[in-house]
Amino acid sequence: MNVGRPIEAETSVGARRAMMLIMHRELCLSFRRPEQLLQPLVFFLIVTTLFPLGLSVQLSLLRDMAPGVLWVAALLSSLLSLDSLFKNDADDGTLEQLALSGQSLATIVIAKTLAHWLVSGAALVLVSPVVAIGLNIPVSAFATMLLGLALGTLTLSWLGAIGAGLTVGLRRGNVLLSLIVLPLAMPLLIFGAGATDRAISGTSAAGALYFLASLCVFTSTLAPFAAAAALRIALD
Amino acid sequence: MWTWFYRLASPPHVYRVAATLIPWFLTAAAFAIGYGAIAGLVFAPPDYQQGDAFRIIYVHAPSGWISMFAYSTMAVAGAIGLIWRIKMGHAVAAAVAPIGASFTVLALVTGSLWGRPMWGTYWAWDPRLTSELILLFLFAGVMSLRPAFEDSNRGDRAAALLSIVGVVNVPIIHYSVLWWNSLHQGATVAKLGKPSMPPSMLLPLLSMMLGFMCFFGAVLCMRLRGEVLNRERQATWVREAIKS
Amino acid sequence: MGGYARFVWPCFGFACTVLAWNLWSARRFHAAARQRAGRTLAMSDEN
Repeated sequence: MNVGRPIEAETSVGARRAMMLIMHRELCLSFRRPEQLLQPLVFFLIVTTLFPLGLSVQLSLLRDMAPGVLWVAALLSSLLSLDSLFKNDADDGTLEQLALSGQSLATIVIAKTLAHWLVSGAALVLVSPVVAIGLNIPVSAFATMLLGLALGTLTLSWLGAIGAGLTVGLRRGNVLLSLIVLPLAMPLLIFGAGATDRAISGTSAAGALYFLASLCVFTSTLAPFAAAAALRIALD
Repeated sequence: MWTWFYRLASPPHVYRVAATLIPWFLTAAAFAIGYGAIAGLVFAPPDYQQGDAFRIIYVHAPSGWISMFAYSTMAVAGAIGLIWRIKMGHAVAAAVAPIGASFTVLALVTGSLWGRPMWGTYWAWDPRLTSELILLFLFAGVMSLRPAFEDSNRGDRAAALLSIVGVVNVPIIHYSVLWWNSLHQGATVAKLGKPSMPPSMLLPLLSMMLGFMCFFGAVLCMRLRGEVLNRERQATWVREAIKS
Repeated sequence: MGGYARFVWPCFGFACTVLAWNLWSARRFHAAARQRAGRTLAMSDEN
């Protein structure tokens, strides 16, 4: 079966409108189950609490490890929510219908991933100031932290889309998803935490932020096609 | 003229060619590694900065090179399988993975043992070491993804896609010493122009590189034959082939 | 080895181990594949 490539390419709905429709659907479905939105956020809060409790550090030391703790926690809680990116639709057959709809799979992937980021990554960014206060990050570093997290969580959503596409049909794909996405996300972690770290110590974080931005652009342009290819493998 | 290339898509042909290549590769590897190791350990003069510890380069540098070469091979073979649907591509990719992973481990361990006397630490989170470690994780990811699918075809293609996504790490490893301030020393051999090593040190190193490459070829052929059999079990040519 | 012997020799030793493991593992893999192929052929012969 030619998935995503129908015999007559009669698309009465343009790509942009299709993206809007799919995003609208994703957001509606997400808000119908608000507890599923809150769980990764709560996980994020809990994990960032674990480090200070486990290490019982003084405030000054906490500031030193804050960027790393923040980013690792963001990474892990993003991973939790990634599993549902394609799985629900794959389970009830909606994914096949979307693939057969005549829209390119890449368009569908972009729409779903952006919607997913809005409710997970963006939410994380909004909550991060609260966590930052708990980790004794100075307010002067907040701007860098927020920008870095925004770029980073978006990049992570794209990487996660590839991983989710590859593991969508698997029964215990959750752990495998993490195993696949985390090595790819390591450069992201290094530069994201590095940017926040520089902002805390007062030096310019511009270089690291530019690098984060370039990582984001790189993944935004290529990941949809990789994820679409992964979905095609799963759906064939 | 290109028939030799097209025939590589044929499983029985690959099975036979691999068999004939193995003894050649192994003999060449034995000679090259033998000379390289002995010359490197005994005849090369000690380095004026590092003393005899530099001799670790004779296993560390070749294994690092092979780890990157192996991953690239795995990605290219996977791409051939994915794009042109040539099953032998997937067979090669599956065969390379454990070999590449083992050489990555070798590079990391020998590097660590070299780091202790030279830098004072068994490990440092510098760009080259970190990206080599990421390479090991990427190998692990690909090797875990392939068997997770019930349909082995799907598994092959998913693994191929993942290895292609991860191949962006290989140039990062190679150029990390150029792009960032790194503890790890820069390029000594692959610089354009004269390498910065005297021949008495360089020749054993080149020999070890060649030897490791031949060894890699030999072991790849051996594993590839196993992969071909596993994928072509039902085919008629297998009956005659396994009798020999 | 100028005092570095306890670093150099383990490196070469581990390298030998890795090379040997590769040879052994590849041979075993091929042998197992042959066995499985033989069994598949035997099963199809019975039918």
